[in-house]
Amino acid sequence: MSGRNIGEPILVVEDISLSFGGVRALQNVSFDVREHEIRAIIGPNGAGKSSMLNVVNGVYHPQVGTVTFKGETRHHVDPHHAASQGVARTFQNIALFRGMTVLDNIMTGRNLKMRTNFLQQALWVGAAKREEMAHRRKVEEVIDFLEIQHIRKTPVGRLPYGLQKRVELGRALAAEPELFLLDEPMAGMNTEEKQDMCRFILDVNDQFGTTIVLIEHDMGVVMDLSDRVVVLDYGRKIADGKPDEVRSDQAVIDAYLGVAH
Amino acid sequence: MLYREAGQFKATYVEDQQIFPIRQDRIAFAILLAVAFLVVPLVGNQYWLSAILTPFLVASLATIGLNILTGYAGQLSLGTAAFMAVGAFMAYNFELRMPWMPILGSFALAGLCAAAVGMVFGLPSLRIKGFYLAVATLACQFFVLWALQRIGWFTNYSTSGVITAQKIVILGYAVVTPASKYLLTLSVVAVMALLAKNLMRSQTGRAFMAVRDMDVAAEVIGIRMMRTKLLAFAISSFYCGVAGALYAFCYLGTVEPEAFNLDISFRILFMVIVGGVGSILGSFLGAGFITLLPIFLNLVSGWIRHTFGVELDHAMLSNLELIIFGGLIIFFLIVEPLGLARLWQIGKEKLRLWPFPH
Repeated sequence: MSGRNIGEPILVVEDISLSFGGVRALQNVSFDVREHEIRAIIGPNGAGKSSMLNVVNGVYHPQVGTVTFKGETRHHVDPHHAASQGVARTFQNIALFRGMTVLDNIMTGRNLKMRTNFLQQALWVGAAKREEMAHRRKVEEVIDFLEIQHIRKTPVGRLPYGLQKRVELGRALAAEPELFLLDEPMAGMNTEEKQDMCRFILDVNDQFGTTIVLIEHDMGVVMDLSDRVVVLDYGRKIADGKPDEVRSDQAVIDAYLGVAH
Repeated sequence: MLYREAGQFKATYVEDQQIFPIRQDRIAFAILLAVAFLVVPLVGNQYWLSAILTPFLVASLATIGLNILTGYAGQLSLGTAAFMAVGAFMAYNFELRMPWMPILGSFALAGLCAAAVGMVFGLPSLRIKGFYLAVATLACQFFVLWALQRIGWFTNYSTSGVITAQKIVILGYAVVTPASKYLLTLSVVAVMALLAKNLMRSQTGRAFMAVRDMDVAAEVIGIRMMRTKLLAFAISSFYCGVAGALYAFCYLGTVEPEAFNLDISFRILFMVIVGGVGSILGSFLGAGFITLLPIFLNLVSGWIRHTFGVELDHAMLSNLELIIFGGLIIFFLIVEPLGLARLWQIGKEKLRLWPFPH
């Protein structure tokens, strides 16, 4: 972890409140994420972790609060805008394009970098063909990185769960994001698959300097990987700090183990 | 034994991403094209050329159109015949009002008109999906036919509401014989099929499939929902519009709006389902299957009459045809939802190993 220079905050969420009808998913949540760091969001089920990520990349629009990414403050984030600013994410339940091959799935991750229009693509000459091949080369780098060469032409619907998770990581990586939102990347994996995934996350962070926000339930993983941890419970932030500090925080222990009322 | 790809190595990404990566496929396809362009017009009789092959090609083009929308972009549509009607009637009007316009120019403009109508009726797709969208496109089907029947301008105020397609002249050469009409249709269809294939293996095609498979994820990686869906409607309707123009000019000759009724929309949808959802090759297979099925059943009934001396009357035959037709659709939906294209693919995979079991 020594190679990285953790810099200034790249993402600041301030005073976010989000509710669906009467359900308050998030209440006055604020925290920041510094450049190149790995930031974990933890909390019991229903604490609002995934909602928080959805606010950051514009799938949900909070009633109150702002999201500042790379110095640009917004109340209403649009998913397309977030993606073009360099935010990529994976989903808790795999959200791959099941009918497409691994290669095509990862290629879609580069859609924002493609410049040719559909007429050029239909003719498949000159610029469109060159562009397609240049992006294919980049995608092959991602495929090599994730060690999934052998399945590049397989439709993702036929792959086992662990590999699908890896392909989804690849699709997000192909966009060369600056901020990477990972929603439970290790859910439902066995120890070996978890180790692989941890290695990939650390490598992404280390080699590409990508800032990572991670939701994870496996405490061992969270404590090992993350630089700082935010703890949510019932939509409120109850703790924020280094893994050791959070682990010994009484509010966190109460949230996880329950308290006698 | 002959169908092996051993020893064919791909050294570049261009080679790896060809339409036919296996050499034997390329040879077979070149032979098929040569037969279609050179041999068929010489040996085909008038009945086969003008009553079977030309409508089959037109249907293939419309099926490609619907497949782009429904198979690739996942937007269910029952308005195919309406877009074809727009193409047919607008091509007629462009030829009528701008006689200097080359016929292919009229076809292209007619396709663009169909694309515009398609985009307007594609607007509901931004809010609704699946069956509800199908119902919205059904409205398009009825509205377009109504407009063509009620607004005189489209039919040049013909009292019967029927139009007669103008004679096709390309570079001073009159396209009148069945063989030349077949060749014109074949050329247009071949070029447009190639363009569709290219488009579907590029970013646009991937964006369509992404919207079809998981729209939230597509949006999060930066695919614009509105643009992609409307583009799918536009391209699909363009294909259907050109198909409609070819249908009027190369097959029917005289056209009434009712020629493009809901039956045609369903027929094209069946071709997509039987042929293969999300496949250009499947569009041809589905169109071929459904165009040739009645002829095949006819032959079978003739054979039965001949050998057993049993007379099958016409009403019964046409009902039988519908029963078999419906049965096959259900069969395909249950056994192979990905259609003939998938069967073809499985066959090829088997052939690569044959005669060895593994």
